[in-house]
Amino acid sequence: MRELLKLTIILTIICSAAATALALVYNLTKDPIAYQKRLKKLKAIRAVQPDYDNEPDQDFIDLPMAENKKRDSGHIRFYITKKGGAFTGVVFTVSAAGYGGTLEIMLGVTPGGTITGVEVINHSETPGLGAKITEDSFCLQFKSKNLGNTKWALKKDGGEVDQITGATISPRAVVKALHKGLVFFHDHRGEILKEG
Amino acid sequence: MGFLHEFIKGVWRENPTFRIVLGICPTLAISTTVINGVGMGLAATFVLLGSNLIISLIRNVIPDKIRIPAFIVVISTFVTIVDLFMAAYTPVLHEHLGIFIPLIVVNCIILGRAEAFASKSGVWMSIADALGMGAGFTLALTLISSIRELLGSGTLLGIHILPATYSPAVIMILPPGAFLTIGVLLGLFNHLSSRRAS
Repeated sequence: MRELLKLTIILTIICSAAATALALVYNLTKDPIAYQKRLKKLKAIRAVQPDYDNEPDQDFIDLPMAENKKRDSGHIRFYITKKGGAFTGVVFTVSAAGYGGTLEIMLGVTPGGTITGVEVINHSETPGLGAKITEDSFCLQFKSKNLGNTKWALKKDGGEVDQITGATISPRAVVKALHKGLVFFHDHRGEILKEG
Repeated sequence: MGFLHEFIKGVWRENPTFRIVLGICPTLAISTTVINGVGMGLAATFVLLGSNLIISLIRNVIPDKIRIPAFIVVISTFVTIVDLFMAAYTPVLHEHLGIFIPLIVVNCIILGRAEAFASKSGVWMSIADALGMGAGFTLALTLISSIRELLGSGTLLGIHILPATYSPAVIMILPPGAFLTIGVLLGLFNHLSSRRAS
C-alpha cells in the first residue's frame, strides 16, 4: 500500500510538471499559430481571387450543404470579397474523393458565376502523377470558365477540360468538385449576394 | 569514455538508422526532400536532447516499476513542445511533416536511448549520447533524402541540379524508393564495417 502511494505520488508530480511546461509553451505559441493560420487562409483566398480590399476572413456566410442527407455534410463557408465596398466575388472550398483521399479545392467565383482562380489546398494524390492537379498548368485553365461556356468533363470523357497524362481519377475528381461548387453557387446565388 | 567518444558512437559505430536500424518508419515516410529530412532529424534531436537530459536528472527518483510511463510522459511533453513551436514558426515544414511530428513520441530511438542510456548515466554523458544519436539520425536522413530528392525530382533543397533533359524517376519519391534507398545504403554500410573489422 505504501509503495502504491509512493508510485502514484511520483507519477503525479512528473505529470504535473509536464502539464505546467506544456501550458507555458501553449500560451507562448498560441498567438503566432493563430496568426500563421490566418495568413495561410488569406494567402489561399488571394491566390484565387486577388481583387479585394476588405477582410474576407471576417466577412463570410455559411450555407448548409443540402444534397447529401446520409452524411453529416455540414456547411460551406463563402468568403465574400469586396473592393471599395462593391461586391467582387466569393471564395469557397469544395471537395471530392480523389485517388488517394479527399481533395479540397478552393475556388474564387465572380458574382456572375465565372471562376477567377482555383487552388488545390489539400490532397493526397500520387506525387508526379495525380499530384499534377496542383500545378499551374492544370489549375490555370479553369480561369474564366463558368457553367454556361464550358462542358464540364475531361476531353477524353467528351468535355472541354485538359487532362493530365498518366492520371485520370484525380483530374476527374477536380472537375466534378468544381462543377458541383459552381452549381451550388448558382442555386444559392441570391442568398449569398444578398449578404454581400 | 569521454564526451566525444559518446558523441561519435551515435554518429558512426551505433548509428541509429544504419547500424541499429531504429526509427525506420519516419525515415521511410518523410525522406522525400532534403528539407523534410533535415527538419525531421533536428526535431527528433531536440526531443532526444530534452528527454535524455530530464530522464538522466530524475533517474534516481523514478522507481523502476513506473519508469516506462514516466519516460513516455517526459518524451511526449518534448514532442508537443516541438510540435507547437514548429506550427508557430516553421508552418510550411510543420505541414509537410504532418503526423510524423506527433509520432516522434513512438520513435524507438528516443525511448531506446532513455531506457538504455539516460536512465543509467550522468547528465553530461546523456547529453553527449543525445547529440550523437541525434546527429547520426539527422545525417542518415539527410543522406537518404538527398538521394531520393535528387533522383526522384532532379532537385536538391528545391533547386534544380540535374539538367532539364533528366526525367525524374518518380518511384524514388514514392514508398518503394524509400525501401530501395535504405536497402542499398544498409548493404553499403554493412559492407564497409565488415571490411573494417577484417
